[in-house]
Amino acid sequence: MPETSADATGLLVDETPDRTFRQSLVYVGRLFWRDKTGLVGLIMFLMVVFSAIFAPWIAPYDPLQQDLRAAKTPPAWTEKGSFDHPLGTDNLGRDILSRIIYGSRVSLTVGFFGVLIACSLGLTIGLISGYVGGRTDNIIMGGVNLILSLPYLVFVVFIAAILGRSLLIVILIFAFTDIPIFVRITRGEVLRIRESGFVEAALSIGAKRRRIIFRHILPNLIGPLITIATFEMSAMIFYEAGLGFLGLSVPPSVPSWGNMLAVGRKYLTIYPWIATIPGLAIVFTGLAMNLLGDWLRDVIDPRLRRVKK
Amino acid sequence: MQRYILSRLIQSLLILLGVLLIVFFMLQLTGDPVSLMVSRNASPEQVQRVREEMGFNRPMMVQFADFMTGAVVGDFGMSLRHRQPAMKLILERLPATVELATVALLMAMVIGIPLGLLGGSNPGGFWDTLCRLAGLIGQTIPNFWLALILIVFFSVGLGWFPTFGRETCTVFGIHLPTRSVILPAFALCLFTTGQLVRFTRAAVLEIKNEDYVRTAYSKGIGDRQIYTRHILRNAAIPLISIIGVQFGYLLSGSIYIETIFSWPGIGNLLAEAIGNRDFALVQAIAFFASLTVVILNLLTDIAYGLADPRIRYGD
Amino acid sequence: MSTILSVRDLTLRFHTFDGVVHALNGISFDVQAGETLAIVGESGSGKSVTMMSLLHLLPMPPARIARGEALFYTNGTPTDLLKMSRADMHRVRGAQIGYIFQDALSALNPVMTVGRQIGESLVMHLGMDAETARKRAIDLLDDVGIPGARARYRNYPHQFSGGMRQRAMIAIAIACNPRMVIADEPTTALDVTVQAQIVELAKRIQRERGMTVVWITHDLGVVAGIADRVLVMYAGCPVEIAPVDDLYDHPQHPYTRGLLSALPRLDDRSRRDLASIQGAPPDMMASPRHCQFAWRCPYVFDRCWKAVPPYYPAGKGHATQCFYDLENGRPRTDA
Ligand SMILES: Nc1ncnc2c1ncn2[C@@H]1O[C@H](COP(=O)(O)OP(=O)(O)OP(=O)(O)O)[C@@H](O)[C@H]1O
Ligand SMILES: [Mg+2]
Repeated sequence: MPETSADATGLLVDETPDRTFRQSLVYVGRLFWRDKTGLVGLIMFLMVVFSAIFAPWIAPYDPLQQDLRAAKTPPAWTEKGSFDHPLGTDNLGRDILSRIIYGSRVSLTVGFFGVLIACSLGLTIGLISGYVGGRTDNIIMGGVNLILSLPYLVFVVFIAAILGRSLLIVILIFAFTDIPIFVRITRGEVLRIRESGFVEAALSIGAKRRRIIFRHILPNLIGPLITIATFEMSAMIFYEAGLGFLGLSVPPSVPSWGNMLAVGRKYLTIYPWIATIPGLAIVFTGLAMNLLGDWLRDVIDPRLRRVKK
Repeated sequence: MQRYILSRLIQSLLILLGVLLIVFFMLQLTGDPVSLMVSRNASPEQVQRVREEMGFNRPMMVQFADFMTGAVVGDFGMSLRHRQPAMKLILERLPATVELATVALLMAMVIGIPLGLLGGSNPGGFWDTLCRLAGLIGQTIPNFWLALILIVFFSVGLGWFPTFGRETCTVFGIHLPTRSVILPAFALCLFTTGQLVRFTRAAVLEIKNEDYVRTAYSKGIGDRQIYTRHILRNAAIPLISIIGVQFGYLLSGSIYIETIFSWPGIGNLLAEAIGNRDFALVQAIAFFASLTVVILNLLTDIAYGLADPRIRYGD
Repeated sequence: MSTILSVRDLTLRFHTFDGVVHALNGISFDVQAGETLAIVGESGSGKSVTMMSLLHLLPMPPARIARGEALFYTNGTPTDLLKMSRADMHRVRGAQIGYIFQDALSALNPVMTVGRQIGESLVMHLGMDAETARKRAIDLLDDVGIPGARARYRNYPHQFSGGMRQRAMIAIAIACNPRMVIADEPTTALDVTVQAQIVELAKRIQRERGMTVVWITHDLGVVAGIADRVLVMYAGCPVEIAPVDDLYDHPQHPYTRGLLSALPRLDDRSRRDLASIQGAPPDMMASPRHCQFAWRCPYVFDRCWKAVPPYYPAGKGHATQCFYDLENGRPRTDA
């Protein structure tokens, strides 16, 4: 199978010259300024993070508070809407804006911890695979290829249905199914550095293996990993919402974007905003992370950096 | 070439073996598969009866051997709910899913490849902006949400399409798709379209700078022929594998869309089976979907090898 | 003899993100019909860029031609290649001027048979039908010395050996009998015996078809055997142009002299590379204000740092961009 997706992005970077922290910061700032879409993505993403952290202070209502008299109020910009509930209410009269704000907590938690676990495990396994080589490598890569050739969605749904609805389980499912991507990248970088004959040279002058990992392999990996992590986090947020939509993610009492969609779907033809508006939150977050990810990829890929915009 | 095909074949078989292992042991993950399948307030006798009926009272290794031998001949046991062989149910639903995925793939190819070509041939221009937009949309709009929006606008609002269900018209005994497939296929093709646009554009941009394109120019070949004969043909080879992967994704990834549109396909069957806690059927679907993807990958690899003379005449 | 190509003051820059690369700084030379002009200079001196810019083969952007003209004579009528429209250029490429690229493996389309790649321009320029083009392509393969041409016609580039690919490349360039062929280091990637064969092939074809050849190389050893005249380039400047014997006997530029003295004797098996002169070529991020060789020149004096030297005539058909009169061992007294 010709390599696709992750590896094909060509993210492996050569060692960047040593810079002081402040110089790096200025440099990154300038790069953001040059390509405004990255900046827009960053700002949008920070807005989501902000609303997740400060949900209790910015949400106008308790997301669980029902108000049957105000149930099914349409958004404020429609005829029957009111600014009491700017984005309207759902079938039980819960304020949609507040639920969206709280829902970002579930999405970001799943995305962040899912990627964190997948990345750290993937990194470790990839290092082992690349370094030890031989049989260990074969077995690990066999597993990686196996998982990558499964129909992802079917299996995620399958596992989620078996294990039941809880935040922890959802995070673990995404974390474990996402390990292979990080394994592949890490292993690729280890092999590249090994092939350059550099490691033998370093070993022969008595450098410690750990030193090689920390001085030469990890610095080269940070860029690609951050980029991939951004895209993977966005994908996890999608998949979490999808699972919620099928009623397989966090318990129905928890305000999450997927759960909101699942509820709204039942009223789609009469009260469409209950489903469509939470979807906008997903699109917003996805857009933020993809703009950011695209920007990172362009910045980190040295071949692209040379092209004058 | 033969060696290439053989090695791919062996790889595929190994993967299928792995899939069977995963599918079987996944159910054991909770400790007691039977408790998953019966309703929560079932009496112990009922549980025991199901346990015996499904053969879960036997030693695990016996169960596994049984499962494997069944799998080889395509027998995945009975659906608890439908009281029918799981494979039979799947095969009944297969045509609807194939129809949906095929239409979606065609839509994606018709939109995605020309757009990517136009964008790549003139980076920074109008079409290129459209390309970037299409790529971004494909990755940022979840298909389940788009499906809801489409229903609200086109079915409920304008009444152009049915809200749900599949209608076919039969010509000479062949079931042909009707307009009922358009909305679900469009919602489904979004991601694939974005991928094809991105990929085609990137391929064109890269191949444009290849030395052999410069050679073609140095011969005095015109722009049109450069694109059709040299650039597109070289881009087509990697495109084959992307299209293969995407078809697998479309075939196995239509759970949301089929549920939303009540499309009587395999994805819908899976959602139902999960709702009914009919795990024998879920297992069978998981295996069947993997089988489809593996076979598709194999075919893709072979097509790739045939298209690339370096592999076709290799070895 | 009549002039076929006349390049004047060709100045070309690459506008990259890291800055402006001054790749060519006022290149001027003539090519006479039927002769072989060799362009020599170390890697990065701008040999390929010079010839590619004439056929608009450089990516633009980043490349931009700042000034200059390149008159190509057809029956005595000049047309400026640099100002030519896209459509007109398509008619010149391949039909009037053929180009042989350095690395034949990457310069041949991997998914098209060699035969079709040769036939393509025949159909294009000479309006041949597919069958005639096929026959002609087989003849061409035969002519460039590929055994079993009929069977080889259907092969893909990866099925050819390195030498055969280079021969196929030559067949492509000469397919439409262009009046001029540019050979851009066609032998660099090959081993020595194959190199010699390719040089022989090129000489034979030139003799038989009376073509004009511009032969780019950094191997001065090859130059002696093939060229009538030589243009020496350094850092985007044309430092010396002379008939080949005159150049070997009386080099007028310190750089050329360095190159020649670095030439190994025949029994020396080390690579005959130009890089054996002390020091490194300058970076080309700024427009030259003085002689570009001044940093490395053993004869440098104050004037060299003040202006870019003009062409000084130094014998018949011989000119050099140097303020120092090597022949007489003293700075030139200007006219
Ligand atoms: N696309 C480009 N972008 C920026 N600079 C370029 C580009 N192409 C060539 N150059 C620069 O132009 C200069 C001349 O390059 P050129 O390829 O003509 O060298 P050359 O004399 O042919 O060398 P070689 O013997 O290695 O082929 C070099 O300094 C190179 O860096
Ligand atoms: Mg060159």
